[in-house]
Amino acid sequence: MRTVLALAGVVIKELYRRKDFYVLFVLTALITLVLGAVKFFNDEHIVRYLKEICLLLIWVSALVIAIVTTARQIPAERENRTIFPLLAKPVSRAQVIAGKFAGCWLACALVLAVFYIFFVVISGSREHEWPILNYFQAMWLQWMMLGVVIAFVMFGSVIFAAPSSNTTISFILVIGILFIGRHLGEVALRQTEPVRSIAYTLYFLIPHLEWFDVRERVAFHQNLIPWSACGLASLYAACYSAFLLWAAWLVFRRKPLNV
Amino acid sequence: MEAIVELNHLRVEYRAPGAGQLKKIAVKDLTLKVNAGEVFGFLGPNGAGKTTTMNVLLGFVNATSGDASLFGVNVREPIARQRIGYLPELTYYYKFLTAEEILRFYAKIFGIPAAETEQRIDQLLKLVELEHARKRPLKSYSKGMQQRVGLAQALINNPDLLILDEPTSGLDPLGRMKVRQIIQRLKNEGRTVFFSSHELGEVETVCDRVAIINQGELKVEGPVSELMAKYEANLEQIFLRIIGYQEEAIAA
Repeated sequence: MRTVLALAGVVIKELYRRKDFYVLFVLTALITLVLGAVKFFNDEHIVRYLKEICLLLIWVSALVIAIVTTARQIPAERENRTIFPLLAKPVSRAQVIAGKFAGCWLACALVLAVFYIFFVVISGSREHEWPILNYFQAMWLQWMMLGVVIAFVMFGSVIFAAPSSNTTISFILVIGILFIGRHLGEVALRQTEPVRSIAYTLYFLIPHLEWFDVRERVAFHQNLIPWSACGLASLYAACYSAFLLWAAWLVFRRKPLNV
Repeated sequence: MEAIVELNHLRVEYRAPGAGQLKKIAVKDLTLKVNAGEVFGFLGPNGAGKTTTMNVLLGFVNATSGDASLFGVNVREPIARQRIGYLPELTYYYKFLTAEEILRFYAKIFGIPAAETEQRIDQLLKLVELEHARKRPLKSYSKGMQQRVGLAQALINNPDLLILDEPTSGLDPLGRMKVRQIIQRLKNEGRTVFFSSHELGEVETVCDRVAIINQGELKVEGPVSELMAKYEANLEQIFLRIIGYQEEAIAA
């Protein structure tokens, strides 16, 4: 466990010493503050749109940070050859995968915490309401979803040699799953065989990241999601993440690393 | 005498990229033992299979056949690397970390207690003369300074076996002397050193035994003094003769 935590610590240090997070946070804050300063059509409920935009920016920023940070971990270790002194220590390849995953996921937790604190302050100052539990659920589910994304990108990072190719392919697949994944079931219904079976198989195979998206519920003050549903969603994310990490380890464990 | 490094009929094959999946044999039937307390020089021309052998010992590459073990433990087990220190030929460390952070990170991996870690970091940074730059990120270090950080990280766990891959390449004369002194000190402390180098004068000075390989095959192995007496030549001349260079050809 200490090795996994030590590796995770290096990933977190790397995140806060790079500029990605600061740039995205400043951009999110600037856009939200500028929009918050303008009064559109004297609409009293304008704050809801402001919340929606802020949440969208948080989703986009967190996805960018999660994918970019994870995608460069193992390919960059190989490219910069930092993997060699690391694996020359009593570190197994499973620990490298687990440590990198833990680091990226914990780094995302820190990122989400900063973004959501900003969101709570902005929405609370405009609405004078503080539905902290709703916000916590939104953040928690987003973090679980990022766990699946990070495991998915980690799997890509043991297959693709260059961080850039892994980042691009991961972005396309994650955005594709988020936008198209939910409609695949309906699409399958309208098809004939064998396309129907293929579409159905895909529908049940891909992780349904959209299930973790509760932005509208937060923006429009809907009731709390039952905690059991949150728990099941977390379990679903844990199963997918574990499966993807196991697949990554299977590929990585026998991969020759030539100095 | 206890064998620290053991290679038994080691064979390593690669699929050469772009050559119609032809197999390239990097190491052929290599059998070698390095005993406790020895300074062992592993020599050979470029492409002879030295680095591949080290890669197998460090678990970076799996052998096609044969066995490799460190302290009697198969090199595929991460625990085999608990008592070793490794210095790669070039420096490959996280550039965003400082010297003391990188040493702390590796100490954590070895499970060294925090108080002891700080003590060792102080000692090692003093040894490699980097105390003044301990809080600077590695990206601001010169090549020689980075190599010295490499040496410090290789010693963080107080290793019983030190594996050095051309440790003096890229170092200035002062740096080379420092590495030689450290190897000598480790030898005096009874530790085992396994290293590859093209600096044959250096090898002659510090090594107890050497092995010369060429095209993946072990050509000669033995104590430096015995080899020099047998061939009636210095190590460089022996090396050139073994890898197939005729002295007359060189003279011509």
